[in-house]
Amino acid sequence: MSVLEIDHLAVDLPVEGVLRRVLHDVTLPIAPGEAVGLVGESGAGKSMVSRAVIRLLPEGAAVHGDIRYAGDSVLAMGRPALRHFRTHDVAMIFQDPRAHINPVRTVGDFLVEALVERGERRESATTTVTALLASVGVSDPERRFRQFPHELSGGLLQRVMIAAALAVSPTLLLADEPTTALDVTTQSDVMVILDARRRERGLAMLFVTHDLELAAAVCDRIAVLYAGLLIEDVPTGDLRRDLRHPYTAGLLASRPDPVSPRRRLAAIPGRPLSAFEIGPGCPFAPRCPFAVARCLSERPELRDLDTGRVACHRAEELRGQLLSIATPGAASA
Amino acid sequence: MWKVVGERAVSLVVTLLMASVGIYGALFLAPGNPATLLAGGHATPAVLAAIERSEHLNEPFFARYWHWLVAVLHGNLGQSFVYREPVTTLLAGRVGNTVFLVLYAAALIIAGGVVLGLLGALDRRAGAVITVVTSVGLGIPSFVAAIALITVFSVKLGWFPVFGTGSGWLSQLWHLTLPAVALAISWTAYTAQLTKAAVREELGREHVETARSRGISTRHVIVRHVLRNAMIPITTVSGLTVAGLIAGDVVVEQAFGINGLGSFLVQSTLQKDFASVQAVSLILVATFVVVNGLVDVWSLVLDPRLRAGRA
Repeated sequence: MSVLEIDHLAVDLPVEGVLRRVLHDVTLPIAPGEAVGLVGESGAGKSMVSRAVIRLLPEGAAVHGDIRYAGDSVLAMGRPALRHFRTHDVAMIFQDPRAHINPVRTVGDFLVEALVERGERRESATTTVTALLASVGVSDPERRFRQFPHELSGGLLQRVMIAAALAVSPTLLLADEPTTALDVTTQSDVMVILDARRRERGLAMLFVTHDLELAAAVCDRIAVLYAGLLIEDVPTGDLRRDLRHPYTAGLLASRPDPVSPRRRLAAIPGRPLSAFEIGPGCPFAPRCPFAVARCLSERPELRDLDTGRVACHRAEELRGQLLSIATPGAASA
Repeated sequence: MWKVVGERAVSLVVTLLMASVGIYGALFLAPGNPATLLAGGHATPAVLAAIERSEHLNEPFFARYWHWLVAVLHGNLGQSFVYREPVTTLLAGRVGNTVFLVLYAAALIIAGGVVLGLLGALDRRAGAVITVVTSVGLGIPSFVAAIALITVFSVKLGWFPVFGTGSGWLSQLWHLTLPAVALAISWTAYTAQLTKAAVREELGREHVETARSRGISTRHVIVRHVLRNAMIPITTVSGLTVAGLIAGDVVVEQAFGINGLGSFLVQSTLQKDFASVQAVSLILVATFVVVNGLVDVWSLVLDPRLRAGRA
């Protein structure tokens, strides 16, 4: 059974008093211990998915469909159940630790807060968290405890955030672009630590990122979001061998090539659409080199295909061709 | 942190010295002979000569200033030629009333402003009402409030005395309630609006979102993360408010016939009692500067990011 089931999730957010759709239809199960990368361009709605899971959507948001944790609907939870869910089962790692940790309270206060909140004594919480700090590569935990967030580097602070998330021993981690705000050299260090601790503890993870490569490196499955619609869900191992959706192929083709870096970077023509702008057909059809008349008029369902799921009318017939455009260098040749 | 506190203390002393030069110098900017001014306008040549000698008026400016400053630091604020008494004696009986009034008003402002502001920020409907009420309150000058309060609560209802300060702590509290309210109204409205804005801003911060995501109870989120951080702008402005009360106090003391520094300043000015005006001005400026200094240090306590200083 899945630890988390996102079931036909749709979200409307109020924009200047009018509800506007930001997520159309996302169905995504996550098995215990499984890491799922949710990939998409900015504005595709990927953060909305993780926020909906922990019920952090802005005031006035309308949520349709369901989200179930261990069979219980998160959306239907009352206040005590929601608090229990947040203090025991799930933990979120945010993008920018500098903004997401209270600047006027000590790092120690931040680390133990959730444990103390659920009734643990401060001393025992401190012991737990000190051990965790060492495991995420933070040296001199006693001193860090007394320091304030502005006295720590971004990378160090993000490790603190990871330790705080692990402190409550959750079964599900939500990581919302956890390395995007860090500089490039610390990004990989932090990612390695997050990945190692997650595997060690067998935690399920929803990893939200715009970086397909990074997601592929740490996740078991990749789910691709485009304009608020889930268009593909594929095991990471199949991502490069067997391409099924033209958009994913385009994403893979647009990454820089480490072998011949002077090649002009490929780009998907056109601009990404916002969720509320899409027409009746496939949201990617206006930019898709393989689009036919049907793609513009009829929205493809997300359907099972071999090891994954795909939302493309022409998935079967394109399977062989897509691999060639996704190979760096091939598209420009 | 102590290094920063030391720096603030030094700049506070420098500010006070500069202000004292200005206040002392005003004596010589005023038209006419300073000796005549000090004498209160009507004096025989013999008296004027005596004043010139005792006040060192024939010496260069900074030498005169030095004599004056040394005297002030020794607690000698000069001689009132109108009352023929040392200014210090005249002030002694009045300072208490003013301090009581200003602290009373400050307590009302901070308590009322923070509670109203917090309520306004947390509850949408209360927020709308509070915005209207505080906008009106902001526009009520203390002399208008004073007259309205006297009319309603003293004359019509007879709940509070019309004027005076009473004797004994409770009686003083009772006598000074209307004056304190008159003094506090517009500042309370201002503090409420500021608190509301600060709390709203903090509520939208990312770290508050983090706290919510961790299942921290709403009460703890508000106290530890929202109010705690909003305290920084609130105290900064409250400090300035209290300093500003000292100016507003002049009007309210006149309106309620309170024998304090404010009404003494007005009387002394009308009677051209220069030494008294100088002394009161000096006290008001010093209080203003010291309150600001204390607020600076307090914000260092509240905001660890400031403690590092410029280093």
